[in-house]
Amino acid sequence: MTNPTPLYEHHRAAGARLVDFAGWDMPLHYGSQLEEHHAVRQRAGMFDVSHMTQLDIGGAEATAYLRRVFANDVGRMDIGSALYGCLLNEQGGVVDDGIAYRFGEGAYRLVTNAATRNRVLAWLHDHARAFAVTLREPDEPAMIAVQGPEARAHTEAVLPAGLGAAARELGRFRHTEQGRMVVARTGYTGEDGYEIMLSGSEAGTLWDALRARGVAPAGLGARDTLRLEAGLALYGHEMDEQTTPLEAGLGWTIAWRPSDRRFIGREALQRQRDAGPARDLVGVGLQGRGVARAGQVVYTSLGEGVLTSGGFAPTLERSIGLARVPAGLEPGTAVEIDIRGRRVPGEIERYPFIRRS
Amino acid sequence: MSEVPNDLKYTREHEWVRSEDDGTCVIGITDHAQAELGDLVFVEPPEVGTSFGAGDAVAVVESVKAASDIYAPVAGEIVEANDSLADSPELINSDPYGEGWIYRLRPESPDDLADLLDADAYQEFVEADSD
Repeated sequence: MTNPTPLYEHHRAAGARLVDFAGWDMPLHYGSQLEEHHAVRQRAGMFDVSHMTQLDIGGAEATAYLRRVFANDVGRMDIGSALYGCLLNEQGGVVDDGIAYRFGEGAYRLVTNAATRNRVLAWLHDHARAFAVTLREPDEPAMIAVQGPEARAHTEAVLPAGLGAAARELGRFRHTEQGRMVVARTGYTGEDGYEIMLSGSEAGTLWDALRARGVAPAGLGARDTLRLEAGLALYGHEMDEQTTPLEAGLGWTIAWRPSDRRFIGREALQRQRDAGPARDLVGVGLQGRGVARAGQVVYTSLGEGVLTSGGFAPTLERSIGLARVPAGLEPGTAVEIDIRGRRVPGEIERYPFIRRS
Repeated sequence: MSEVPNDLKYTREHEWVRSEDDGTCVIGITDHAQAELGDLVFVEPPEVGTSFGAGDAVAVVESVKAASDIYAPVAGEIVEANDSLADSPELINSDPYGEGWIYRLRPESPDDLADLLDADAYQEFVEADSD
């Protein structure tokens, strides 16, 4: 059994190819994944991300609780800000990654992955027992991501008047809300835009209004190639419970200061940091012909690594990937990638592979 | 519903085969196959002059989603590959039975072609597969 999102009928009407993603009926594409990718890079596209896990965290100890379970420090957040970070286990492995939004003094929302839903909710509830907090999923949650150079203008034009004006003033990683609707200047494509959380009953109206302005529906396929070009990590690929943020290119999301904040996983992570992680996440560009894929072995001068993600990058018109390799390889270093038994030349590259203003 | 031309033969690996007057046959992937794969982004062509047995993997097509082997429908020698696909793999999506052809093969024994599926049988196979 798969769950439909509140936008399921809209996807069908738009000719979506629907696939089972973590138990959800999600659009893979609406005809051409490549065209959807280009629409987001060049104009504006929109994604149904209602399958993401949304959890409201409130109560007198909401901040203390999140400072314990989130490796980035919500103590640095003012009201109206958003913060990306990881939830870690005691070994420093990544339980999940997500964005925390601060709505008020003791009021946050945490948005995490769909694929990890049951496991991470159980984990969060388990750790909540030691704190005066309430965890509650919003009723009938929906979420639409509008991304691309024209995304903000289109979105501001269709939002309720006051909310549109407030959104226009938002800096990056800031949010504003009105009723159930939360508009955040965040995303997962490397483009500017908004992610809008709202009630499922409102989602279709917003989707239709955006479509009427020419915003292209885009599926999970384009979402993956866009995030790969932008060098954004995907849970289950770049990180998992056996991989620490330091091995996943996410060291920047760990708030080490103040040194007395005892977030879960800190001791293990500190030991790894002191010793120097043995593995590192790097970008890889394929130089020979073919398409690099997740799971393929990468041969380097320091030993073997593995591609955590890989594919054809539509904007760059070549194949790229992210790889976990022995630490110490500099950009420009030659590597070889085992593509179906053939060793194809590649090079360590800096990522993000594309950079936007 | 995908297009299945009546004048072609088909394999269970979703290739189509067109017999030519000169005794060779042209091979590509079906409309159904290209739709399943999604946008094609790379084609590794078969090596001209090489002989293969029936069912051998001779070429690879890669889409945004995955890599797929292309098989020889019958034993024979590769006599030509579609060079246009190197720069324009999307021809397989836009015109799978025409400009998106993949290679030309000279069958060892033309009788082998009789064992392939006709359009009706392939159509049934696809429908059974998608149930």
